[in-house]
Amino acid sequence: MAALTPEVLTSNVTHVGKMNKKKPPKRYWEETDEKRPEEEQGTTRRKQNKSTAKVRSSKWKNDETLEKEDPFPGEAPIPKKKLQKFMRGKKYNVHAEANQKVKEAIMSSEAMTEFAQKQAARYDLLLPEDAGFLEGDEDEDTNTISQDDIADAVDITSGSKYFNLHLSQFGPYRLDYSRTGRHLLVGGKKGHVACINWQSKDLMCEMNVMETVNDVKWLHTEAMFAVAQKKWLYIYDSKGVELHCVKKFNDLLRMQFLPYHFLLATTSATGFLQYLDVSIGKEVAAICTKMGRLDVMSQNPHNAVIHLGHSNGTVSLWSPIQKEPLVKMLCHRGAVRSLTVDKTGTYMVTSGLDRKLKVYDIRAFKTLHSCVLPAGASCLSLSQRGLLSAATGDIVQVYQNILGSSPVSKPYMAHRLRGQIWGLAYCPFEDVLGIGHGEGFTSMIVPGAGEPNFDALDTNPFRSSKQRQEWEVKALLEKVQPELICLDPGQLSKVDLVSFEQKHKERIAALGFDPMEKDRFKPRKKTKGRSSAGNIEKIKRKVAYEDQRDEIRQSIEERTEREKELTQKSMEKEDLGNKSTLDRFKKRKYPQQQ
Amino acid sequence: MKVKVLSRNPDDYVRETTRDIQRVPRNYDPTLHPFEVAREYTRALNATKLEKVFAKPFVAALDGHRDGISCITKHNKSLSTVLSGACDGEVKVWNLPKRQCLRTVQAHEGFVRGICSRFCGTSFFTIGDDKTIKQWNMEAPEYGVREEPLNMILGKTVFTGIDHNQRQATFATCGQSVDIWDEQRSSPIRSFSWGADSFSCVRFNPVETDLLASCASDRSIVLYDTRESAPLRKVVMRLRSNTLCWNPMEAYYFTCANEDYNLYTYDMRYLDLPVIVHKDHVSAVLDVDYSPTGQEFVSASFDRTIRIFPKDKGHSREVYHTKRMQHVICVRWSADSKYVLSGSDEMNIRLWKANASEKLGLV
Repeated sequence: MAALTPEVLTSNVTHVGKMNKKKPPKRYWEETDEKRPEEEQGTTRRKQNKSTAKVRSSKWKNDETLEKEDPFPGEAPIPKKKLQKFMRGKKYNVHAEANQKVKEAIMSSEAMTEFAQKQAARYDLLLPEDAGFLEGDEDEDTNTISQDDIADAVDITSGSKYFNLHLSQFGPYRLDYSRTGRHLLVGGKKGHVACINWQSKDLMCEMNVMETVNDVKWLHTEAMFAVAQKKWLYIYDSKGVELHCVKKFNDLLRMQFLPYHFLLATTSATGFLQYLDVSIGKEVAAICTKMGRLDVMSQNPHNAVIHLGHSNGTVSLWSPIQKEPLVKMLCHRGAVRSLTVDKTGTYMVTSGLDRKLKVYDIRAFKTLHSCVLPAGASCLSLSQRGLLSAATGDIVQVYQNILGSSPVSKPYMAHRLRGQIWGLAYCPFEDVLGIGHGEGFTSMIVPGAGEPNFDALDTNPFRSSKQRQEWEVKALLEKVQPELICLDPGQLSKVDLVSFEQKHKERIAALGFDPMEKDRFKPRKKTKGRSSAGNIEKIKRKVAYEDQRDEIRQSIEERTEREKELTQKSMEKEDLGNKSTLDRFKKRKYPQQQ
Repeated sequence: MKVKVLSRNPDDYVRETTRDIQRVPRNYDPTLHPFEVAREYTRALNATKLEKVFAKPFVAALDGHRDGISCITKHNKSLSTVLSGACDGEVKVWNLPKRQCLRTVQAHEGFVRGICSRFCGTSFFTIGDDKTIKQWNMEAPEYGVREEPLNMILGKTVFTGIDHNQRQATFATCGQSVDIWDEQRSSPIRSFSWGADSFSCVRFNPVETDLLASCASDRSIVLYDTRESAPLRKVVMRLRSNTLCWNPMEAYYFTCANEDYNLYTYDMRYLDLPVIVHKDHVSAVLDVDYSPTGQEFVSASFDRTIRIFPKDKGHSREVYHTKRMQHVICVRWSADSKYVLSGSDEMNIRLWKANASEKLGLV
């Protein structure tokens, strides 16, 4: 490398940007500004890398500096939809008259919430998997594509997810997938119970309990499962060893497991809804519903409320703390055959004997839309991504986008099976629908059904046994008490206005006056004897009368408005009704509009 | 037909070797995490309960004094040394890890009213009812040599409190008036008084080392500057303050322990109103000391308890009491902010944990 040329040493171009250097304050003995920076340039340049100095001098011209401008200054923008997904509750507006400390506390907590929301929305970019999909060609309908075609078109592992288990001997099968989606439990009506790792087809246990099996359910892990047999409830180990026979729970028809409360909710043929805490082994609640035989049951995963469908077309919502249902909704004209709730707790899909399939908004208790099926659906199931599967007889139909506001005309996929369908369940985190029917079990591929990205701290299908043990301990420590089950799961975080009002009333009664009342009107003090007691009382009375007048005027206005609306409505109804030529002779109840 | 089915490659989700840590893919979607409020509530409840289960604050009692303990001070440089003065004139130097008394000095005839250690940690000062100020060496004398003070100053009146400047070789005593002494001189270099006939406590500001404050018997607290010739400011309260302590982190705040069962935190720039009133004791508060973090302080009261208050809250977060502990006269927070020492009437110094459920020592 040639030695530094003299031009480089003495030229005025610096390689370090001038903005980086802090100029020392000008001393009184210094005449000009140029002396100091020159001295610095000399020292800094000697320290620079000699080999690259020549390269650098040729690259940069006089005007360019090392610092480049950022073409997208500031933080990266986040799409609003993503932010909306992570929003939990509305922003809290601080009262203007609140205490300074309260204001500060609220503002800082709001800032932290916003930051957390943004960070979570940003993390969404890093999710590894994408959801599945099935798109037909231009003239092809997706519901005509058969499972064999799909299994051939995808890779081997996904193709092996479509399989049939021919178990025609022991009656129609009910099934349950464990929470991680790894293990499958099948129970035939004539007593055959088996649990397998369905992906590796590894048989964990198989037995015949020699009794009618009404329902089977996994408990919190793949180590235990519950079987509702003819008389009582039995709990077995994953090896098939009978652990418990719970005689208090008799004539059970359906079961649901609430995972975060460790509660097994069971319905019986005698009309009882019973809750069993599987971590301590005690019956938490036994509710006599007085609504007859309960064989339609579902849980709302968002707030752990149990939905029961009855033969008079009503759906009732139950919580273990109350003896009465939380809500009773009339859904169908005939009996309710099946119902299911989506994972966000917003939508409920019901099907009834009147051959209708209805979608409800559960938070507002309103119908969204209803469609007619040629034969009513006997089983319904909603996947994690909102695909609805409805089983009628021996055909299963899968509908897409049914939870939107518009009804769906045709199904997304359809599959015909051999036997009468008895149970439907989607496998969590997989694009698979499990169907239990009279001839055994079928696993069907439904692209786009499973949630692609799981959270390993919640449910991890790839967990090792150590991870499972740690998770089990933490889940037990966080077990939610059954007293907290209510329609709004976040009610604990809200301000308890009802108790506050009650306490306020008690305080007023105890003190005799309202300590929080706003200042009453105080008339101004006037001089020259004009503010005597009598005058002050007169002014107070005047103001009180004025206030009263205002109140009365307001209430009258409201009443007249309401009456107007009522008359308008009734007039419209009348107009819509059947008109005949003799109408003009009928006496009108309400004055005619002119 | 275009089709894609979810298929996860286990290599992406399972760790490669057993020496790696487990892979934990996350998804923060709120629909995958239901019952957030209830679970968080359960976790908080369990944590609070476990905190109370593991709360074992009492560590040790230092036994040995033959009369009630009137004052305690920390060694400025060593965490394991503590000095205490008793009502029979004895001063004992303790080794805290071994819980042993290293040395006993018969310092005064009558009460030891105050004790303070020098900022360098080589000597300490004591004042007693015999109107003397004595300076002692921190190291024990050699075998056979009698225990002699390094310096002894005779005063005209009884001294009730002493404190040493954190940087310079001056100290302040209070009695009839607040005196500033130079270590080399035997008479005070400056004397302040403002109407009160006696002062009970004097404290130098740990950060602004030229400022000091004192509690007077006319129910007031007076602020002084050693560079000035007259006292700075005074605030008069309803009842007398027994002691006060400056916040070592926010040195414009000081907290005084008052006879009306409360503690008051004042901002020295604005003495009109206290910043916070700390209420929880049921009898006169006798001593107060701040944690070196400046976030909390401990107070000793005549009602046989010691309480730990956060600096900005009106009520205590913790109370320590025992059947054996009678009126607590003095209290100190150790310099590593983990322990609290209390000296009481029944001749014992007790060592407590500042955070009752903390695991200290080897885990």
